[in-house]
Amino acid sequence: MQTINLTRDYDGDFVHRVEEESGQNVSLCYQCGNCTAGCPYTFAYDIPVSQIMRLVQAGQKKTVLSSKSIWLCATCESCTTRCPNQIDVACVMDVLRHMARREGLAAVPQVKTFWDSFLDSVKAHGRVFELGLTVNYVMRTGRFWTDLDLGPKIFPKGKLSLKPHEIAGKEHVARIFERFERESNS
Amino acid sequence: MSEAIAYYPGCSGLGTSKEYDASTRAVCRTLGLDLVDIPDWSCCGSTPAHTKDHVLSAALSARNLQLVSGMGIASAATPCPSCLTNLRTANHRMEAPAMAEKVNKLLDAPYAGGVEAISVLQALVEKVGLDEIKAAVRTPLTGLKVACYYGCIMNRPPELMAFDDCENPMAMDNVLSAMGATVVPFPLKVECCGASYGIPRQDIVARLTGKLLDVAKSVGADMVAVACPLCQMNLDLRQGQVNRALGTNFRIPVPYFTQLMGVALNVADEELGFGQLCIDPRPVLNKALSGADAQAKGA
Ligand code: SF4
Ligand code: SF4
Repeated sequence: MQTINLTRDYDGDFVHRVEEESGQNVSLCYQCGNCTAGCPYTFAYDIPVSQIMRLVQAGQKKTVLSSKSIWLCATCESCTTRCPNQIDVACVMDVLRHMARREGLAAVPQVKTFWDSFLDSVKAHGRVFELGLTVNYVMRTGRFWTDLDLGPKIFPKGKLSLKPHEIAGKEHVARIFERFERESNS
Repeated sequence: MSEAIAYYPGCSGLGTSKEYDASTRAVCRTLGLDLVDIPDWSCCGSTPAHTKDHVLSAALSARNLQLVSGMGIASAATPCPSCLTNLRTANHRMEAPAMAEKVNKLLDAPYAGGVEAISVLQALVEKVGLDEIKAAVRTPLTGLKVACYYGCIMNRPPELMAFDDCENPMAMDNVLSAMGATVVPFPLKVECCGASYGIPRQDIVARLTGKLLDVAKSVGADMVAVACPLCQMNLDLRQGQVNRALGTNFRIPVPYFTQLMGVALNVADEELGFGQLCIDPRPVLNKALSGADAQAKGA
């Protein structure tokens, strides 16, 4: 079990940023554990979601942003729905991922790569190209495609188009991304 | 005949969930619900966009809401819960003027609000209505035992989704019982199936989807009806992977609720796309229906 000294490394600015970006008051959390009890991913997390909330309150930026949990949260909204203090916990988890990205952290790199491959596909075609996305992901992670067994099930159904569905407004969609990148760098 | 609704199929509707798109269109047409395609709609950004940035995510959705607003239509229906969440979240976040300004800065044409996004299920229940749906049944699904699985985000969080119950939704149960099916109580209606982690973390999906299949089987369901393309893919396409990972032997068909509605409404089989699912539900379906038939004749 990991021990964390909560008075050391307190980063008040971090607490403030999380609250501002998520619009949530994290000090309302009284550690009832409802969120963790209902979270389907607790078994896969390195830090349960209620402890993430406690660590945010305690300003433990590095521990929180280096956690695997923030990359494994599926935004299933169970925690948000069941929190007795109406904290939008799933939104806090989302904001923590945004911050981790900005710090160059991704404790489960293949998840980030998968999401990035998806967005690249949207940027290029205006709609996501499912097959292209998968190939891109496999190439970028250098991983053996763990879904090879699905090929024979899915190809004969004619579901995976071999070429992207380009839309007329794809430049418009690409400009959304370009403007976003410009705004984030300014 | 009801007012026209803009239709947002979502990217998977053109690929992995073609049969959901096709059966949705056929069922709505049969029930007189007028779905109008949105010209040149684009991807809502799905989960990857909101995990990266909320302004970017809202902009990808708002482009589509703006297109609908240009059609002079006030509501858009989508079969996909992930698209639905993104469209509704964009509307909700853009109620704050500061957020709306940031989002509109990313768009070619600003979105001024005013387009409501709802699910196809909600459109059927609210714009057509259960009585009318029931009156249109031609082949009742008598004898078929179905577990209705809504997935995690269709009704959650309730403040945002504003439809049905967030812990025990009933809309799909009501629709399928109106079709004559026997809906079995399914306690995991809103539990997560593993979402899009099938590619980066197959082990997670095996565990979560495995639990859903196990409970569906134990409550005696002949099949699991779904409303989400990602849920469908995990429960059906990945059922073999689940069996291998857990040493189980599930073989449970996982049709979209719209496909089952199509059968009851006598929509032509070609339009329902059952053959595009991995486990074809038709043998189980036909067996249940003919069993009920024989019983009725014998009685
Ligand atoms: S459910 Fe809410 S109050 Fe309870 S531990 Fe989780 S965040 Fe804190
Ligand atoms: S939203 Fe994330 S943290 Fe909350 S219960 Fe779902 S997976 Fe767990």
